[in-house]
Amino acid sequence: MSTETTPTRSAPAADEAALRKALASTSRPPRASAVSATLTFGWRGMLKVKHVPEQLLDVTITPVMFVLMFTYLFGGAIAGSTGDYLDYILPGILVMSVLFTTVYSGVALNTDLTKGVVDRFRSLPVWRPAPLVGSLLGDSVRYLLAGTVIVVLGVILGFRPEAGLGGVLAALALVVVFAFGLSWVFTTLGLLLRSPNAVMNAGFMGIFPLTFLSNVFVEPETLPAGLEAFVDVNPISILATASRGLMEGTAEVADIAIVLGTAAALTAVFAPLTVRLYRRV
Amino acid sequence: MVSREKGAAALTAQSTLAIEASGLVKVFGKTRAVDGVDLAVRRGSVYGVLGPNGAGKTTTIRMLATLLRPDAGSARVLGHDIVTEADAVRGLVSLTGQLASVDEDLTGRENLVLLARLLGLRRVEAKARATELLEAFGLADAAGRLVKHYSGGMRRRLDIAASIVVTPELMFLDEPTTGLDPRSRNQVWDIIRTLVAGGTTILLCTQYLDEADQLADGIAVIDHGKVIAEGTPGQLKASVGSGALHVRLLDPEQRPDAERVLTRELAGVHLEPDPAALSASCADPDRAAQAVAELSRSGIRIADFSLGQPSLDEVFLALTGHPAEPDAVAEEAAAGEEQAA
Repeated sequence: MSTETTPTRSAPAADEAALRKALASTSRPPRASAVSATLTFGWRGMLKVKHVPEQLLDVTITPVMFVLMFTYLFGGAIAGSTGDYLDYILPGILVMSVLFTTVYSGVALNTDLTKGVVDRFRSLPVWRPAPLVGSLLGDSVRYLLAGTVIVVLGVILGFRPEAGLGGVLAALALVVVFAFGLSWVFTTLGLLLRSPNAVMNAGFMGIFPLTFLSNVFVEPETLPAGLEAFVDVNPISILATASRGLMEGTAEVADIAIVLGTAAALTAVFAPLTVRLYRRV
Repeated sequence: MVSREKGAAALTAQSTLAIEASGLVKVFGKTRAVDGVDLAVRRGSVYGVLGPNGAGKTTTIRMLATLLRPDAGSARVLGHDIVTEADAVRGLVSLTGQLASVDEDLTGRENLVLLARLLGLRRVEAKARATELLEAFGLADAAGRLVKHYSGGMRRRLDIAASIVVTPELMFLDEPTTGLDPRSRNQVWDIIRTLVAGGTTILLCTQYLDEADQLADGIAVIDHGKVIAEGTPGQLKASVGSGALHVRLLDPEQRPDAERVLTRELAGVHLEPDPAALSASCADPDRAAQAVAELSRSGIRIADFSLGQPSLDEVFLALTGHPAEPDAVAEEAAAGEEQAA
């Protein structure tokens, strides 16, 4: 009768003596500070970029294809030459690729939720918004990588911005700041919807048309009046204009201010909402 | 002097209980998931909360672990109120949820270092602690592999390791062996026993009756959000009455024959979930021996038999009038309610 249990006992599951020692050997350390906890969550986000590079590829392949397709198929027709069009579209695609990446912040949060990881984080004695703020800081690194891919591709294809490296870095920074603000919208969505796929679909259903109904691809002058009016006030257009301006050295302070203001407003509304939802899930 | 003694007595009374809950209620939509649960769990004990899926076990544990706010009632965990002193509670307990709540996209080592850092260990300490735990839990070889490639048993061990990065005073374990093969289940049980020997109090939710029987000092049986019985495993069994003869056959096809023989010899024949096993109520060893002899005379081949107290399965049936079988529909409904809420 005891034959059933014999093989299971001999399996090297857990070393009992080592386990006893492990249990005995810790005293409770002082609590992690809010900054330290946030940075630790940011580190987790960066580890994910390392271990799941596919996710970054997913969101950069589409923009890369768009650069190639739009430049070589439509560039001549839209701007007269592929080179002129590349100057126009590249900052726009930079905006697009980074903003697409923000949807994944919501998807990742929802994945944590469905896998039960959120429960563990919420049962820890840390500053409550730390998992959220930390993840978005980590994600900002991801945004920076997505943006860099597009800029490097552009340079390979012959993109030579007037304002040089400084202008490119300034544009990249502006886009990442805006993306940080926008990603709170998707984390809110990530806590409201049921599955990571639902977040992905809803996210792209919003971000895709908003990106196309902007000046990312074409100058709005050619559009019907009503559409043109919308495109002109679309924050994505203003972000694209500001990025172009920074890269060409012709940026207007007003545009940059609107972009930063929008990012601040999105954060002010959606960050507290996300934190509140996170406490209740 | 007198008042000081009184104070000390009150303190002792308070400190002997790790969990005191009274009248906990949680409502999701129209479902009263937890409907007035009282619990008193002694420090240093393993307390089993036993019930089928959807009975309200997980909701109870989530309230006690400060993840959900109760709609009514109150509870103190290690002397701290779960609502007004939630942060203090979080500093003393750890939770091992129903889903192995580890990050699949990180390695085993990274998971442990992450938690160690979040719990306030410095970088070097965190790394050392991760190494120590990986070795203690037999995961040293898999330390650098992504958790998504781990087996269910390894994942669960990592999950428990993650819960004791800083040794908790109280640990919530929500169905720690659901979905594990028997071997991994025994491993997890051994780990739990070692934790208890080290002085950790454990609140164990389970739908497996033998798990509560194996591990718990005290058990609350919960059904439809209410505690319907409470006691030691022995008391619960005694409340159902007589002992039972358990028989397992070599050939499951002979079970109907065996059922006939046992019905004739004894009473209260019960078919077990194992298709080759059955049991019958019987308190008298002589009559049990007779019944076994009768079985072999009838040409029924027996793999093994034992005379023992009734199983908790029988206890559950006697208490609730329905078997403790996993009820997938009820669980999904409850999970849906929780999501919607």
